[in-house]
Amino acid sequence: MASEPQGGLTEYIQHHLTHLTPHASKSGFWAVHVDSITVSLALGALFCLLFWLKARKATAGVPSKGQAFVEIVLEFVDGQVKDVFHGDRRFLGPLALTVFVWVFLMNAMDLLPVDLLPWITEKFGVGHFRAVPTADTSMTFAMSITVFVLIIFYSFKAKGFSGYMSEMFTAPFGKHPLLWLPNFALNLVELLSKPVSLAMRLFGNMYAGELVFMLIAGLFSAGAGLAGWALYGAGIIGYTVWGLFHILIIGIQAFIFMVLTIVYISMAHDHH
Amino acid sequence: MLPNGTLIGEMISFAILIWFCVHFIWPHINKAIEDRQIKIAEGLNAAERAHAELKDADHKVAAEIKVARQQASEIIDKAQQQANQIIDKARGEAVTEINRLKASAQDDIASMAQRARDQLREQVGALAVQGASKIVQREVDASTHKALLDQLAAEI
Repeated sequence: MASEPQGGLTEYIQHHLTHLTPHASKSGFWAVHVDSITVSLALGALFCLLFWLKARKATAGVPSKGQAFVEIVLEFVDGQVKDVFHGDRRFLGPLALTVFVWVFLMNAMDLLPVDLLPWITEKFGVGHFRAVPTADTSMTFAMSITVFVLIIFYSFKAKGFSGYMSEMFTAPFGKHPLLWLPNFALNLVELLSKPVSLAMRLFGNMYAGELVFMLIAGLFSAGAGLAGWALYGAGIIGYTVWGLFHILIIGIQAFIFMVLTIVYISMAHDHH
Repeated sequence: MLPNGTLIGEMISFAILIWFCVHFIWPHINKAIEDRQIKIAEGLNAAERAHAELKDADHKVAAEIKVARQQASEIIDKAQQQANQIIDKARGEAVTEINRLKASAQDDIASMAQRARDQLREQVGALAVQGASKIVQREVDASTHKALLDQLAAEI
């Protein structure tokens, strides 16, 4: 990729950290990250198609392997929801399932060789392409703000406007009028920290993971001659080991995102 | 554009990763899936077996009820027969008893009539003697005329 190793690596990483956007300025409202949107929509469609096909052909008898797999995933997610939330799971269950599988699939894009998709898209004249939507703050915030809206919605639904407002102003310190403002300030911070932490945790993990992949990939073009080949071998080992470790991370991050979504929404149902 | 060294290195790593997944991760998932299939199949089999057993038991119960009903009707028949026999026997005994009593009563009546007749005859004899003695105005020696009186009494 580059003739001079050091400058090349910086350029390489910068190149890879640039989103595909049709807008020239790379910022502002219309700087849409087409790559994140494309990949996330494709993976979301894949998830829906896969589960829909299996659900459509679901049998009460001995399930096929595909159905059994879907059932295992479904039971796992439903078990998590059941543990935390003791109410009507008809909405929260599917939400948790969607969050878990979708985030997992998007995270799993990190396991693809970091240069593979950009190499393919380059043939179609598209220079920048980031394959991991969850390493994009737009994507993680899109999901966490959706969860945030649901938190607000279910808070109002469970407690009513006056109930929720009185909770915002009287918990956790007390009902004294002097405490209204501190209560509200604390609750506001707590409320706003939820989507921020949800989004930043996922983004941070995936972004860092992607960055480490790129740094290791830098070894592939780090030297020449015998030393170059040694670094190339080290690069393969490092890339593989980080990839193996990353299998854990993508699952854990998808799981954490799902569990926190469940916890936040079930907290919105709870009365203090 | 040919793939550069970086992409090839990444692809080698990716291949190793896939190999690892195929050998160390997929078997676990596959096993979970197959275990689930086996568990469900076994559960369904057990349910089917239980269903068949229940049907069997139902059949057995029905057959046994039929047998029991038959036995009961047999017992009732036998009891009725026995009762009839007992009644017949009692009736027979009663008839013989009646006949016996009737016979003995007739005997009694006959003997009593005979006795009454005898007494009457004696009294008539005595009356005749008294009447005769009144007519004759003297004592009739009963002993001397006993033969005659007895003959008279017998004639009455």
